[in-house]
Order: sequence, then C-alpha cells, then structure tokens
Amino acid sequence: MAKYDFNKNILSDTPDVEPTRAGFGRGFKALGETHPNVIGLCADLTESVQMHLFADAYPERFVEVGIAEQNLVTLGSGFARAGKIPFVASYAAFNPGRNWEQIKTTAALNELPVKIVGAHSGVTTGPDGATHQMLEDIAMMRVMPNMVVVCPGDSVEAEKATKAMADYDSACYLRLAREKTPIFSTESSPFEIGKAYVLSEGKDVTIVSTGILTPYALRAVRLLEKKGISAEVVHAPTIKPFDEETVLKSLKKTGRIVTVEDAQVAGGLGGVVAELLGDKFPAPLLRIGMNDRYGESGAPLELIKHFGFDENGIAEKVVDFAKSRPQYKPGF
Amino acid sequence: MGGRLTRQQLEVRANDVRIDIIRMLERAGSGHSAGPLGLADLMTTLYFDIMNIDPKNPEMKDRDIFMMSNGHCVPVQYAVMAERGFFPKEELMTLRQLGSRLQGHPERTKLPGLENTSGPLGCGISQGAGYAYSLQYLDNDRKRWVYVVTGDGELNEGNIWEAMMFAGKYKLSQLIVFVDRNNIQIDGPTEVVMPLEDLAAKWRSFGWHVQEIDGHNIESIQDAVGMAKAIENRPSVIITHTIPGKHVDFMEYDYKWHGVAPNHDQAREALNELRTMKGKIKGEHE
Repeated sequence: MAKYDFNKNILSDTPDVEPTRAGFGRGFKALGETHPNVIGLCADLTESVQMHLFADAYPERFVEVGIAEQNLVTLGSGFARAGKIPFVASYAAFNPGRNWEQIKTTAALNELPVKIVGAHSGVTTGPDGATHQMLEDIAMMRVMPNMVVVCPGDSVEAEKATKAMADYDSACYLRLAREKTPIFSTESSPFEIGKAYVLSEGKDVTIVSTGILTPYALRAVRLLEKKGISAEVVHAPTIKPFDEETVLKSLKKTGRIVTVEDAQVAGGLGGVVAELLGDKFPAPLLRIGMNDRYGESGAPLELIKHFGFDENGIAEKVVDFAKSRPQYKPGF
Repeated sequence: MGGRLTRQQLEVRANDVRIDIIRMLERAGSGHSAGPLGLADLMTTLYFDIMNIDPKNPEMKDRDIFMMSNGHCVPVQYAVMAERGFFPKEELMTLRQLGSRLQGHPERTKLPGLENTSGPLGCGISQGAGYAYSLQYLDNDRKRWVYVVTGDGELNEGNIWEAMMFAGKYKLSQLIVFVDRNNIQIDGPTEVVMPLEDLAAKWRSFGWHVQEIDGHNIESIQDAVGMAKAIENRPSVIITHTIPGKHVDFMEYDYKWHGVAPNHDQAREALNELRTMKGKIKGEHE
C-alpha cells in the first residue's frame, strides 16, 4: 500500500485551513473548462456555496433558480435527460433536506446523473443553529438506491471529489461544510469514489472517519499514543459505495472500531459500520457523532469541542472505549 | 404512417385507446380509470398527429419530448404508445404485474419511449422546464418542443408554482403544458378540496400564454398547439377541459372512479359502449 501523502502542517499547532465548499468552488469552475456539458443550478446561495466562481466564468451555463429547492432538483432531472450534467446546489438542510422525494423519483430512480451539492452540513454551520445544521443527510441519502454519497475530508479532497462526480455516471450527493477546517491531504493524495484510505497505521483500535472530522481523528493519534494506544486511522470520504474491504482489513488487525462523523450516528457512518460488523465481523464498536439530538447555536469550532468532535474529545472517548471493550478475535 | 390522420381517424384511434385502457385496468385489477379515459383524445392527438417521434427510434435526436407529470394516468400513455407501435399491444395486458415494463407509475428506465419517471405529483413541469431550457439556451435547438401533461388536483403541489415562476422568468417558449382540467381529485371536486380558480389568471400572472380548450375536440387541441408554438417569449399552458371517464357513461363525472379499476362486468359494459362508439357503429360481437 502506497503511503498517504500528507499536508506537512496537519499536526502543527497552526494547520492550514480552508472550508470544503471552497474546494468545491475551485473544482466546479475547473469542470467548466473541461466538461462543456456541466451546468450549475443554485437556489439563491450562489456565493455561499461557492458556485459563483463557475457562474462568473461560465454565465451561460449557470441557472439561478431562486429559493425553490424542489424545483432545483426536478429541473436538474430535466437538464440531465437533455444530456447535461447538472450540479444542483444549496444548503444541505434544504437540499436534500427539503427535496428528498424529488431526488429519489426524478434523479435516483430515474437513473440520471444529477449531482446534489449540500453545503453547510453539520454543526460547523454554527450560529445559525439547529435548523441549518444538517445532520441527517448521510442517513437519508445513503438509503437511496442509485445514489453515491461523498463527504470530503478537506478542501483539497472536495475539489477532487467534485471533478470525480462529473465523470461518475450516477446521481451523487456531495456533502460540504461552511467553516474553515484543517487540510490534511495534498494534490498528490489519492482520491477515488468508493475508496477509503489508511492515513495512519496502528494495532489497538481502528478509527474510521468521514468528512471534516478526519483531521481531528488524525490529530487524536498522538494523544492516544501518550495513553499507550496505537490507533489506525481510516478516512472514508465515500459513504456509498462503502469501501468495506479496506475497513475490514484494518478491523481484522485491530479487533475494535470507532466511527467519527459530524452527523447523526444513526444511519450515518456509524450505521454503515454497525451494519458491516453485524454482517461480517462482530467487533466492538463506538460511534462518535450526534446521538439522536439536534445541534444548537454557537461558534463553529466551539461546537466541535462542545460535542466532543475535536482531537481531545475523540481521544478521551477512544481511551474509555479501549479500556472497557476488549479486541475481538474470531473463533473466541 | 403515411400522411396525417384525419380527425375522424384520430377519433377512432382515441376510441381504440379507451378500449385498451379498460382492458388493461380490468386485467390489472387496480389503477386509475377516470383520468386516462379523459386524456385519450389529447394523448392520441399528441402521439399520432402533433409530436415528431419515431416509435422505432425512441431516442431519435430531433424528437419532441413528452412528459406526464400525473403519472397515475400512465395507462393512457401506454395505450397510445402501443397503438403507435412503440411496443406490442399484447404487452398492455401486463400492466402493474411483476416483471412488466409497464409499471403502475411510469419509469423511464423500464420502457423505451418514456422520457421521465413520475407519480409523486408536482414534478413534471420542472422536468420539462429543465429540458426546454437546455434546448433554448444551451443547445440553441429551436425546432423541438417539450410537452407536459399535468393534472389539476396536482396543482396543489408547491413544486408546480416554483416551476411556473421559473418557466415564466426564463420565457421557455418551447415548453407547452396541458392542465388536465377535469375538476376532480381523490377527496372530491377540486374547487372543494383546494380551489384553483381563477386558474387562467393565475398562470397568466406568472408570465404564461394561456388558452382554454375542450379536451375532447381534436380540432381545438390541434389549433391550440399551433397557437402555442407560434407564441414566442413565453411558455404556454393549455387548460384542457376534460370529462373524467369520458365515453363510459357510468364513469363520467363520478370522482369515485378516480382511483379504481373496473371489475369484469363493469369492463364488459364499458367495452360494449366503446366498441359501438355509443351506438354510432355496430359492435363486433353484437
């Protein structure tokens, strides 16, 4: 296995930071140049979701839809039927929060390559509060047949994911966030839809993480080392199709697993891994994420700490978990 | 097809379509009767006279596009498509059965010739608008038309009004929407359940060109489409007044037939009426 190429600053006190939506904005603008069939539709949040870069460069291929998320995606279905590759963007709270049925019927069941872009997911949406902190999107999108679900870990990966989606012949969901979060990957780090990556090797516990909490999981490794725990970090930017092979391989080595996500653990990455364990390898599981409650107003990074999603919160929970749950060995 | 069908020929075709609908629904044992019967004249005129389509080449590049928004009326679309030669008529009898390409609500990927997947109401105008926008602004293809049929009860859906605003703003002149104005929905008359009038004024205020026609008069349908095509800089809506259950006496105007299929005896009665065109011609088995 090739070694993952890291941003050298990721473990420093001042890692490079950027919002994942910025990576989307760059990647989408680049698609304008390479993919004449790509078009952008937005529901009155063009700069906020960073679609303005594309809209300014390719105004003839940008369509302002107004605050109408149901129309947003059903239009997308019509554009896709006419041979276009539409990226339909708004906040995740409304897209797919408000238009789930339309996505199912007119994009997924209809097998058209509509790309759903949900910005401002998770608690880092911050002061806007629970109404705008979309935490249920992973669960609601991954249960949909014919739907790909990708949660990039940083802005560099978000740019790659955006480009990859344009060439992936299926409806896709791209989960983005508002706040600047640490960049752990580089231009040369691998990204492929459907692949998970071992970022850091260990033997006592597997931490599988998705989205913008991956850099925090990575930074928790050092804290865990000090407590004598060797953690293996697997980054799973694609929730669906899920890279079971990579996660199971790690799990068979460590014998227990922790999931980390800025989303409801029920049906989220926590749900994905719980299902996998139930099906194939019943090791102990700890799910870090939202536990059947909504978020609340606060500063983004303050909320990450408050809910225990930062490196300290993650490390603390993993230590307790490792103490209380022995490693699973098949045959026992 | 050699040349255009006369209006009388289209009427006979529409009658055949109604016969197909009754037979399909009786066999299926479930499904919607009233709406499909009411739409038979419009759908026959679209598929046999108005639209540029090729049943042998459903993905023909310069074809016109038809999208049914009220997917529960799809039996009439299946019947018209079979009559037009998209697939063998025998297949109509598989409607709603396991393994059939003729799903209870239309699924594009199941049956060549379908342009959309629908059923959950309110989505068809948007899907048509996306297609029409592509033709008008992205492909500069001004010779193709996008036809959408929507129900009237369906206009309760918010998605519809979002689409109306959008098509009005972008002046989608290649988009032609028919509202199947049959005045019924599941819970009763549309004006009781959720009043739509003044419906023409509502569309007009959203920037649409509005016509109202008798949906059982083939000449009116042809004329209205001709007018809609001639209107530039505006999308067109044709409020198409139809009689639910049209040409089957015991179904006409009765909202109880909205979501029900005829049983064997009811189907026999209906077929007898249709086969004689209400006594105009001699029934084949009489």
